Amino acid sequence: MNVQFRDRPGPASSASIKTAIADCDIHPARATASELYPYLAKRWHAHLETYGKHPYQGMMEGPPYPKAQPNASRRDAYPPEGGPQGSSLSFMQKQHLDPNNVALGVLNPLNTGQGIRNHDLSGAICSAINDWQIEKWTSKDSRLKGSVVVPNEDGVASAAEIRKRAGDKNFVQVLLLSRNVEPIGQRRYWPIYEAAQEAGLPVGVHAFGFGGNPITASGWPSFYIEEMVGHSQCQQTALASLVLEGVFERYPKLNMVMIEAGFGWAPSLAWRLDKTFEKLRSEVPYLKRKPSEYISDHIWWTTQPMEDPERREHLLQMIEWIGWDKLLFATDYPHWDYDDPSRVLPAGVSDANRQAFYLDNARKLYGLA
Amino acid sequence: MARHVIAPVDELPPGTRKFLTIDDRPIAVFNIKGEFFGLLNRCPHQGAALCEGPLIGLAQSSDPGEIEYTRLGEIIRCPWHGWEFDIRTGQSYCEPKRFRARAYPVNVEPGSSVMKGPYVAETIKVSVESDYVVVDL
Repeated sequence: MNVQFRDRPGPASSASIKTAIADCDIHPARATASELYPYLAKRWHAHLETYGKHPYQGMMEGPPYPKAQPNASRRDAYPPEGGPQGSSLSFMQKQHLDPNNVALGVLNPLNTGQGIRNHDLSGAICSAINDWQIEKWTSKDSRLKGSVVVPNEDGVASAAEIRKRAGDKNFVQVLLLSRNVEPIGQRRYWPIYEAAQEAGLPVGVHAFGFGGNPITASGWPSFYIEEMVGHSQCQQTALASLVLEGVFERYPKLNMVMIEAGFGWAPSLAWRLDKTFEKLRSEVPYLKRKPSEYISDHIWWTTQPMEDPERREHLLQMIEWIGWDKLLFATDYPHWDYDDPSRVLPAGVSDANRQAFYLDNARKLYGLA
Repeated sequence: MARHVIAPVDELPPGTRKFLTIDDRPIAVFNIKGEFFGLLNRCPHQGAALCEGPLIGLAQSSDPGEIEYTRLGEIIRCPWHGWEFDIRTGQSYCEPKRFRARAYPVNVEPGSSVMKGPYVAETIKVSVESDYVVVDL
């Protein structure tokens, strides 16, 4: 191993970005395993130490294997005071929020209580994570906003957690993951959408999830690289399920955000759904509109990891299909596949579209405009 | 182009790397098994501090199923997106046509020659008795 003379060079020298941005996918981490204990009833401390979590899927405790970089995170993002990447607010401010001029940062905690088979434990950990977001992050830096994490497999308990947080300005969305026990349009999850609509909170669907289903649609793959591209498959299934189960007919004011699963595939999925819907409409007669219309009206997309076609004009064409008003810039800090805000868009994008892409769409969607 | 004296050679033993800024440029100098290498500490892909990455080997395959792992410790892997560069040349193994890391020649010079110039000694005190690591920038 190579030893470094100096502890750490300064923050990575990305070209500084002048205008304010929204980062719609930041991952806060716990510095220690017991950091959640103050927010959990004592009985759960003993329970966790005696019985553990029992997830639907083995190896859920992340990261179950080395994911390209330690903790799947940038090697330059370890806080100087110790702990894993993303576990220190002051270092996040110094390395990311300040130099990148982040005016709004949406926290998406992963490794929460989601996907635990004991639904009471799942609910207790999710609620603790929500308290922890306020205490450690959003109350200390007003740029940061939290996501209400919920015990996703228990719709009723999830709805109760959302109602508990409704109106709390520390939170701007509800957070789900894409791989649950069933596709997320199915009725066991409807109480989540009902409560989110009632609370006026969009529901974000982040890549990952621990429902026990493989990451690809045809079984468990051999390589991490297949997992990285598998996220878009999961998200396509999730989105088709939401549309075809009639979630947007049932909850017409519900907005959703597809997080970290790409967006280049969206037009193709929408076209295929429309074409098939013309022939099979009678199977899902409660749909009053073409599938693509629900997608256009109800779905927003975070950008990272950006599609990166060889010919950059192809990126702009994809965005034209989806709409400049539907993309939310995201870095995924501190994860290793981080997108640098100064480098994601090619030249030739109008000032109005840049402004929408980097900041305004997020402020509008999250009710902060 | 100037020659910068950056350290007495015994302060940079094998397996170490030194970060410094010369003329506003972030640089790292590596000692790999007694050989010295210099790189601009900025990844040409998205600007990360490239030289904070681990030094790994080069995995290559001439035929499917055959994998050779060679040049252990001579490939630097970016701490963000894992792009791999040859420490000797800065060549990218991911996209050699689009990207190249900036490599700088590094040599060891005796104190007697370093004292004559045209070297820039930064803040290093130079004596005739020692050898010094010198980077060309």
